[in-house]
Parts: sequence; C-alpha cells; structure tokens
Amino acid sequence: MSLSSPAGFFSTKLGDALGWARKFSIFQYPFVTACCGMEYMSTAASHYDVDRFGAGFPRFSPRQSDVLFVVGTINHKMAPVLKTVFDQMCEPKWVVAFGVCTCTGGFYDNYATVQGIDTIIPVDIYIPGCPPRPENVLDGLMKLQDKIQKGEQNRTLYDPRTKVGRPAQLQRDYSITQHIKNIESL
Amino acid sequence: MTALEKVQEKFTQDIVETHVFRGDETVVVRPSALRAVAQFLRETPELDFNFLMDLTAVDYLFFAGGRIQKEFRFEVVYHFFSLKNNIRLRIKVPVDEKDPEVETLSDLWASANWYEREVWDMYGIRFKNHPNLKRILMYEEFKGHALRKDYPFNKRQPLIGPLN
Repeated sequence: MSLSSPAGFFSTKLGDALGWARKFSIFQYPFVTACCGMEYMSTAASHYDVDRFGAGFPRFSPRQSDVLFVVGTINHKMAPVLKTVFDQMCEPKWVVAFGVCTCTGGFYDNYATVQGIDTIIPVDIYIPGCPPRPENVLDGLMKLQDKIQKGEQNRTLYDPRTKVGRPAQLQRDYSITQHIKNIESL
Repeated sequence: MTALEKVQEKFTQDIVETHVFRGDETVVVRPSALRAVAQFLRETPELDFNFLMDLTAVDYLFFAGGRIQKEFRFEVVYHFFSLKNNIRLRIKVPVDEKDPEVETLSDLWASANWYEREVWDMYGIRFKNHPNLKRILMYEEFKGHALRKDYPFNKRQPLIGPLN
C-alpha cells in the first residue's frame, strides 16, 4: 500500500498514533537483582521522576507489562527465570539492559555470571554504567521511546561464538504452550 | 585462663599447633578430635561458645605461588563467639585432598547447616552426618566446585544460552 493512497495515509497515521500512545504509557517490569536497583529507584523517585516520560507505573506481572527492565547482574542460576519472564510478556514488548552487568557481564568475568543478557533474550536498549546515573537512564528511556514510536523491536540474540547476531527463537507464550503440550500428552 | 589454654589442657594430644595474634586465639586440631573439641567449647560453662559466627574453608593448592607446600590441601575454619563471656576462638581443621571429609557440627550449632552446605558447594568438602548436604548457591547441574583453585575462575556452565 503506497503512502499516496488514502488507506495508506490512514494506516501510517494509525501506526504513528499507536506508537505515540505506547511510548508515553510504558508499563515496565523491573527485574531488579543487584545494586543498579538503587539507581533505578532514584530514577523512579520524585527528583528525576520517570513518570514525566509516562513510565512511572511498574507492574510486577509480566503479562501486564511492555518493557522488561533488567537491572543488575544476571547469573546462570537466574537465567532460565529471566527467559521465562520474557516469554510470558505479551507482544509488543521491549527489553532494556540496565548497567554494564546486563550489557556484557561487567567486571564479573567469573563462573557464575552471564556475559550479557543479549545471549539469552533480545535487547533493545543498552544503558551502560556501573551503575548508570539517572540522567543516563532517562537518556536510554528516551531512545527507547524513539524505537517504540517507530515500531522497531530487536529480535536477534548475540552469539559469542560467531560474534554476530542470530535470530531469537521466541516462544509466544511460555506457560500456555507448555500447558497445551501437557494436555496433548494426556 | 583463656579459652585457648583450656582447650590445650584438655586436648593436648589432638592439637597440631596454636597461635595468638593480638588477642585472637587460633587452634589447629586433628579432624578426628573436631567433634570432641566442639562439644567441649559448647558445653563448658566458662567457655559457652553459643554462637558459630563463621564456617568456611581454604584451598592451599598453589599457595603462595606454589612456594609453600602443605601436607594437606584444605583447611576448614570455624569462628566461635561466646555472647555470655565475650570471647572468641578460631578452630582450624586440616583436610586431606584424597578424602575431604569432616564431621558435621550442624546438630550443635544450627547455623552450621547452611555454612557446611556452602563449603560443600564451593570446595567439595563433605560433612559426615549432615542432614541435607546438597548445593546451596550453585545449581544442581553445576559440575565441580567453583572455589577450588584448580577450577578455572571463568569456566561457565550455562543452563540456557550459549557458552561464553
């Protein structure tokens, strides 16, 4: 459908309107595991006030949230839980890696730590820092809003063996598919 | 009479060495006598060590860059504190590499239960008669013991995702 036709015009405008609505009503799921959580709380509290960007409403249910904020070190014991939470979120969904530990593993080059959550789930915005300052977080949040406005979503994982991205094998709904499989096997 | 002297008097045969540094007393005892010493510390009224503050282990493999060779590989370290008498005592037990096993103290101090599980998880030292000796920090699928000096510090065993 071309932009010149009336239908194309309207669908483009509808997409813009949806993007605009979505980017200012971010329901976030804070997956907070470590010290970055302090900076996350500082960003959320009144001094920096993340609610100015429409993201002031954390939901502690993955079903009700749009953006997964992974805040703090993820270790290999925690990794399956993070994947499950991501899979349980409804589309459209985005992921923010908050702090260097989630981006690359940070200085935890040890037996326990996942070297970047992008090896497990696709990440849209990386906010580096140890921990990142609230200004840095808000900058990342605004970049995320730009992505949401454009309707862009990352669907690739980082593969450390080949050093390039590979398409993520996404499960639409983790527990429901498991549930259906269980019913079929009965 | 300090706690160290009391232990020395009662268990002369079982003590490998002792030392005192700025009032902090340490006794190295043979593994066979650990239970008896612990019971003595717990039940003697003048000592009354009712608080096991810490229980950990040391791996002496490659100690001091390999320059210092010890006859044993591990040492289990106990830090006791008496809330009533305000005294402290450190007990060390040398443990052999071939059969790394010491007696549990979890029936005497309940806090020893999780400490011993941690030492098992990280160093692979077994605790005889422990009620629930399984990993406490790492996942069950993890192979080896992460704080042993011959375990590569960054050898990762992911449950999901690629090896990195």
